[in-house]
Amino acid sequence: MESHVLSNIVVASLLAGGVLALLAARRSDLWRAAGGELLRRRPIALAVIAAFVLIALLDSVSWIGGGDPSAEGSVLALHQPRTVIDRLFPADFKERSYSAPLADFEFYDGAPLANPGAHLLGTDILGRDVLYLALKGARVALLIGGLTSLIVIPLALLMGVTAGYFGGRVDDVVFFVMSTLASIPTLLLLIALIMALGRGPVQVCVAMGVTGWVGFCRIVRGETFKLRELDYVQAARALGVSEARIIFRHILPNLMHLVVITFVLLFSGLVLSEAILSYLGIGIDGSWGQMIDQARDELARDPIIWWNLCAASAALFCLILAVNFVGDAVRDILDPRTLREKQ
Amino acid sequence: MFAYIVRRTAYGFAVVLGVLLLLFVLFFLYADPSEMALRAVGEKAPPEVLTQWIVNHGYDKPAIWNPEDPADTLLVEHFRRMLTFDFGRSDADDSPIAERIRRGMGPSLAVTIPIFTIGLVLGIGLALFVAYFRETYIDRMGVVLCVLGMSVSILLYIIGGQFVIGKLLRWFPISGFDPSPSVVARFLALPVLVGLAEGIGGSVRFYRTVFIEETNRDYVRTARAKGCGDGRIMARHVLRNAMIPILTRVVVSIPFLFTGSLLLESFFGIPGLGSMTVDAIQGNDFATLRAIVYIGALLFIVAQIATDIAYTWVDPRVRLE
Repeated sequence: MESHVLSNIVVASLLAGGVLALLAARRSDLWRAAGGELLRRRPIALAVIAAFVLIALLDSVSWIGGGDPSAEGSVLALHQPRTVIDRLFPADFKERSYSAPLADFEFYDGAPLANPGAHLLGTDILGRDVLYLALKGARVALLIGGLTSLIVIPLALLMGVTAGYFGGRVDDVVFFVMSTLASIPTLLLLIALIMALGRGPVQVCVAMGVTGWVGFCRIVRGETFKLRELDYVQAARALGVSEARIIFRHILPNLMHLVVITFVLLFSGLVLSEAILSYLGIGIDGSWGQMIDQARDELARDPIIWWNLCAASAALFCLILAVNFVGDAVRDILDPRTLREKQ
Repeated sequence: MFAYIVRRTAYGFAVVLGVLLLLFVLFFLYADPSEMALRAVGEKAPPEVLTQWIVNHGYDKPAIWNPEDPADTLLVEHFRRMLTFDFGRSDADDSPIAERIRRGMGPSLAVTIPIFTIGLVLGIGLALFVAYFRETYIDRMGVVLCVLGMSVSILLYIIGGQFVIGKLLRWFPISGFDPSPSVVARFLALPVLVGLAEGIGGSVRFYRTVFIEETNRDYVRTARAKGCGDGRIMARHVLRNAMIPILTRVVVSIPFLFTGSLLLESFFGIPGLGSMTVDAIQGNDFATLRAIVYIGALLFIVAQIATDIAYTWVDPRVRLE
């Protein structure tokens, strides 16, 4: 199967999974109330996140064809899969080098542009449109946060619940693995993993997953310890309910609020660490971190190139800020400890 | 108490062995020595040079099991050398690693210690201030500012700091390092400022949460009931009782002082462990990377043991079992 078809299927199934999870959450009064409260408290931040998600989704669905065979530069368009975002821009939307936002001429040698006045945010050193690159970065950022969370959350739930529920030897082993991973400074462990696994988007996400699950696992383990001793779990056990059923019916649903909180709080940290990895040369191609890294010499030029750096930083900042604000609200709403403090 | 320290240290040692095992799996089993050799001497090198490199760096032994001499394997060699701090030579340029780590610690500490101490005092001070005005606009503004500050990538802080303070205002040199006492402060000023700006949002927010949690406790109400002023409550009662989380955060960040800040050192040209790590990544220098990860983990484990023991000293209620 061709890779773009596969990626379309992955995107479609992720989308379906997300919609199913939302529908399931809507059926529960508690989750519906929490969702309403979140929407009331953080409408702007949620809208910003929704916009980024939409851009990323539009940039993930691709198909071949659709170019005008007579137009220049559309040879590529006819044979390569292009996403919706790609199609918003003309196929030959390129210059030879830097041009300022909305400029008609090249920035340094003054040659006329192929698309005068059309580059809203200018072009980079290779003449690529900066707005286009910044929009493309949204998909990479959400990929980092999303794929890593898909690794972290199931792994942490599996290990944490097993350790917390069964205790004893199992707990000792899990706790030792956690202590070992947690005792290596995060950035160093991340670097070591990527160096050993090799470079690439999946490797980076796996490395971030391996470094990221420990913190969440610790929370899950502690919470499971507490839940295990609660009366209704004891009652279920006395009635002869199987262990698996207790875990799935009584333990896991009571950990879901932690999953949501962790997912949101983890997300911004992951995207920011990818920016650091990009500087170290082991990040993911096309990320905002990589754009910032490429732009760092441009401020030393004379006259300076500012639009590349500004576009990537602004996009990164907006997403992280929105996620941080939503994360705080999610924690306030879902975490009963903070609720207790407020009474 | 003594028995606890012994047991805690033994567990710490087991964790060190765990870290070494992980490093072994990553760098000897997963990443193939012949691949490392290829990256170090170049793709076009003749096979005998490759073999020579593998022999020189001691990667030629069987990895786990040697039927002739069970002690003569990469596994045993790796553990023996790491535990005796014999790190050997760099995979990239053959320089002695232990020597470079020793030389790199000074410059690293010169950057991280000012950031750490000033950041700690500033963070706790600002957090006390914000927590004192809790539930007012000052508090809300403070939290918003913290979140804004936390949302900016450290890359932008560095690039922006170099551009505004170094290039436009020309207050401090953009990068470089000179250990002589008369000029070292000029070179350190910019990285320290950037490091402070990057960390302050997160730490103020963390300490604020800690302080606000404490101000909701009964003893604060009692103190207020007997007529204690708000400022005195914050400084004497809340700050002291918040020592446990503060201590945890402080002791746990000490190892990072030694390993330095990768980005600050590399951007500002400071020859510490941070830039050594960056060089190792760029030069595929696995031997150096292993040594640095190991040293970082070792310091961290020692710091954790120290934290656990220090709890009893800060908070007499904590009993070690």
